[in-house]
Amino acid sequence: MLTIKGIHKSFGGLTALEDVNFSVKEGNISALIGPNGAGKTTLMNIITGIYGPDKGEVLFLGKAINNMPPTKIANIGISRTFQHLELFSTMTVLENVMVGRYTKTRAGFIASGLKLPIAIQEERESKLKSEEILEYMGLLNRKEEISSNLPIGEQRILEIARALATEPKLLLLDEPAAGLNIKETKALGETIMRIRKEKGITILLVDHDMSLVMKISNWITVLNFGQVISDGIAADVQKDPAVIKAYLGAEDDIS
Amino acid sequence: MNQNNTITFLIFILLILFFPLFTASSYNLSVAIFAGINALLAIGLCILMGYAGQISLGQAGFYGIGAYISAILSLKFGLPVIVSLVAASAVAAVAAMILAVPALRLKGHYLAVATLGFGEIIHILLNEFGPGGPSGFGDIPRFDILGYVFDSSTSFFYLTWGFVALIMLFSINLINSRTGRALRAMHDSEVACKAMGLDIVSLKIKVFVLSAVYASIAGSLYVHYITFVSPSTFTLFHSVLIVMMAVIGGINNLWGGILGAIIITVLPELLRQFEEFDVLVYGLILTLSLLFFRKGLVPIIAEKLKKLRAITVADNQRNT
Repeated sequence: MLTIKGIHKSFGGLTALEDVNFSVKEGNISALIGPNGAGKTTLMNIITGIYGPDKGEVLFLGKAINNMPPTKIANIGISRTFQHLELFSTMTVLENVMVGRYTKTRAGFIASGLKLPIAIQEERESKLKSEEILEYMGLLNRKEEISSNLPIGEQRILEIARALATEPKLLLLDEPAAGLNIKETKALGETIMRIRKEKGITILLVDHDMSLVMKISNWITVLNFGQVISDGIAADVQKDPAVIKAYLGAEDDIS
Repeated sequence: MNQNNTITFLIFILLILFFPLFTASSYNLSVAIFAGINALLAIGLCILMGYAGQISLGQAGFYGIGAYISAILSLKFGLPVIVSLVAASAVAAVAAMILAVPALRLKGHYLAVATLGFGEIIHILLNEFGPGGPSGFGDIPRFDILGYVFDSSTSFFYLTWGFVALIMLFSINLINSRTGRALRAMHDSEVACKAMGLDIVSLKIKVFVLSAVYASIAGSLYVHYITFVSPSTFTLFHSVLIVMMAVIGGINNLWGGILGAIIITVLPELLRQFEEFDVLVYGLILTLSLLFFRKGLVPIIAEKLKKLRAITVADNQRNT
């Protein structure tokens, strides 16, 4: 579904990504892991069009998307959450999700201002659909709260809910477990698996939390210093000496 | 519109309907008419600044375009006033679009300076090429709709505030719609908006055009009331005053625009009794209110009302 081909990206003299290749299969939960500064978020930003790569290609459903602006990429079915929460902080929980419905509705300035029938109709549908998503994510009882008043755990869930509202084919989750306790992380893992199973959305997950990643992903790609050092199913990646070295340091480093 | 908004709006309509019954003085009515014209300018800026997070120091430019185009079309070309008003709004909309495309790539101070420059350009153009040059021209027809001429202060008061009410209704609907949510979202996080597939540039251009159209309507009302126009009305000073109205009233609330416009219009009239010190007192009041009511007056009043209601509810519960 998503193929990353020979991506290079540097910022000034710093090489963030060097010849990165990997792919995400449809229907999988794929994970991208690696120590701090490995280039995970940079890659996420390249996929969603926030940065363009210096070299290489990003293919989504067979089409190159590496020159598209973020808005366009969102419109063709890639949605994401943010490591540093980017909720609409002055708006309510429900309104946040309703913004996610934006591209699924049409009413413009004039239709909205005059409350034409199309605007009323869309508003009703958009509200229903958003409440449905909130219920699915277990946040419906919070719908009237201002989003920034929620605890971090619920804010992360809300980011996923908002992303789901755009009806993506591929959902990118950037460190969804950051700042969550063990219980919340476990619940999050179950939610992610449920989204894949019930909604059929392919997921690419970036995270530090090994227990979460190992438990829910079908495929893991490990990034270190901007390069892919290992690629495979959880059990294989865990045993890979290169991965152990990257995370724990090699044996000779310890002495 | 939610219940609170509906109640506020009904009260607002009642106030408009009854105001002329309490005062027959044409002086009071004319101050109220100017307050209404300013309110149109301030509401547009509230949407632009408070909701969409953009700034404009060039609103007087659009106000001037509305006034001049409307005056010229009705006086020299004999078009019906209402047609001139619509045509002037269209011209202002096009001007806003032309300005917005390059200017909205800018942010903060840079955008402020770019719009300020636009306002000044319009002022200079009106001075140089407007009929009558710096001294302007008169004999502009009074506002009329299908032959009914608004020639008394009372009728023009209703006309102006009728426009304010309609535009307020349109704006409240807009803010509580898909589009309004997108504008507010843009203010909170542009990067998340892009990830949700919102076309930010087009939204910014459209909201800029909207505020320009409001300003142009205000300009049309102005010239067909005064029946005279000169460039000296459409200066940077007036642009700054419009920002002041929005800020004093509260930019995050559309009612803030109306309240701010009323205060900024009425205050200098009330301060006449201080004679040569009036400007000083005016400045002092504005400075102090900005120091103490940073969010503007409307949010503070809304909070007080909420508290008051909470207390009465608690009292009622205790009594039963």
